[in-house]
Amino acid sequence: MKRLVVLGSGTAGTTIVNKLRPKLDPQGWEIVVVDAATEHHYQPGYLFVPFGRYDPSDIVKPIEKYLPKGVAFRRSAVESVDPGRNVVVLDGGDELGYDYLVIATGATPRPDQTPGMLGEEWRRSVFDFYTLEGATALAEKLESWEGGRLVVHITEMPIKCPVAPLEFVFLADSYFKERGMRDRVELVYVTPLDGAFTKPVAAGRLGGMLDDRQISMEPDFYIERVNNETKALVSYDEREIPFDLLVTVPLNMGAEFIARSGMGNELNFVPVDKETFVSPKWPNVFAIGDAADLPTSKAGSSAHFAVEVFTENFMQIARGEEMTHRFDGHTNCFVESGDGKAMLIDFNYDVQPLPGKYPYPVVGPMKLLEETTINHLGKMGFKWLYWNALIPGRKLPVSTRMSMAGKDTTKDTTKDIEVKV
Amino acid sequence: MTLATIADKEVHVDAEGFMTEYDEWSEDLANQLAANIGIELTEPHWKTIRFLREDFKENGETPTLRRVTAAGGIPTKELFQLFPKKPAKKMAYVAGLPKPVGCV
Repeated sequence: MKRLVVLGSGTAGTTIVNKLRPKLDPQGWEIVVVDAATEHHYQPGYLFVPFGRYDPSDIVKPIEKYLPKGVAFRRSAVESVDPGRNVVVLDGGDELGYDYLVIATGATPRPDQTPGMLGEEWRRSVFDFYTLEGATALAEKLESWEGGRLVVHITEMPIKCPVAPLEFVFLADSYFKERGMRDRVELVYVTPLDGAFTKPVAAGRLGGMLDDRQISMEPDFYIERVNNETKALVSYDEREIPFDLLVTVPLNMGAEFIARSGMGNELNFVPVDKETFVSPKWPNVFAIGDAADLPTSKAGSSAHFAVEVFTENFMQIARGEEMTHRFDGHTNCFVESGDGKAMLIDFNYDVQPLPGKYPYPVVGPMKLLEETTINHLGKMGFKWLYWNALIPGRKLPVSTRMSMAGKDTTKDTTKDIEVKV
Repeated sequence: MTLATIADKEVHVDAEGFMTEYDEWSEDLANQLAANIGIELTEPHWKTIRFLREDFKENGETPTLRRVTAAGGIPTKELFQLFPKKPAKKMAYVAGLPKPVGCV
């Protein structure tokens, strides 16, 4: 009997076991999932909570409801992994041996890593929305807020869902307009990047959308600390950005046990091969989803496409064959832009987001890099797909590999937007 | 990928002027690259550049600002003084390394 241990039961971990359990011989393979939590959160839903559009009950379900029969759930934190002995040490000292290990413990916001962020203004005028508690507290704050200077801030890349802070500021613009108080709110977008997004064509488009909405942007801002007395962000090069209300995306880090086990980089993300997710040091250890140190966005969609590749490869391993499937870094994201519209972007390791149609050429029905109502409906409908098709491991009607069909490659030029050193 | 002439040497650079061939770099070139972006190299600059070059050789990617601080032992604040405004990009440019990925 061989044993596959999956650490973490988020999007990647849950989808992996749902796909693998029906395929792997129950007599030959035991599957164990380890997680300290009991709830599975639909994380893309956090974005809508501050604006009163989703209730916490929409986005939280019991973990075990989504694990298939024949998969053991071990509710425990992980103390460490000893990859030399093929053992996971659980909180309390119990050991769990493995033949293959998948690390899928994601990325966690760490406000404790920035001096002053957890100071006396935390959850008074300093909020995050990357946790359910943060998003819920912010909803209460916004309901009674009378206006002022709202600063939306990214601490450092990489973060989960790198478009979410932009979506937040677009939705905030729309929300304050609806409440008839947009003229009393100044919106400021502060980023460590040199533009609105990481890839040039989308950065140009998204930067224009900030301008259209009178949202000012402070680029290249690398935060050193939050000053609670003056209510300001302070950068390493001593720029100060005052705020009345700060919505920050704290530093995102991988799980602490990864650091304790000596398996991660400076941010506790696990270095793995970008096409197969196998560790270069330990051939029976994989890291998938946000936990992996990959040069693509940390997002549910890339985790989903990665899992499709991984499960095909893992079945080859189980049959004693070579892995032949390769991940291309495919990611797509709906970018909610306010007023009932959204934009869609689709990209991979090599190709930046371009205009065009998705998932089918010409007919779409979704349009890439354009704000449309149908994209917005796609985004809202995705919650149902997530709970009912994606994490249960059913096949979605989209290609795992990114397709160039339907894309307008004449826009694939970085020359439009000159990036200077 | 194009050729550029820096300090009388022909070298390969990308669209933004970052050198693409690790072995084409030299200390002479670094002085000229630094001058291109208005920096005069002093000993602390060289310490940073040497760390970047060694780390790239070992790991195959340009280290992030966080890594230069954590593994190279150079405080972030100092990096902003040495390479003002955009230290991650500027350090990589002078050290003849690809633009840091960091942001995806």
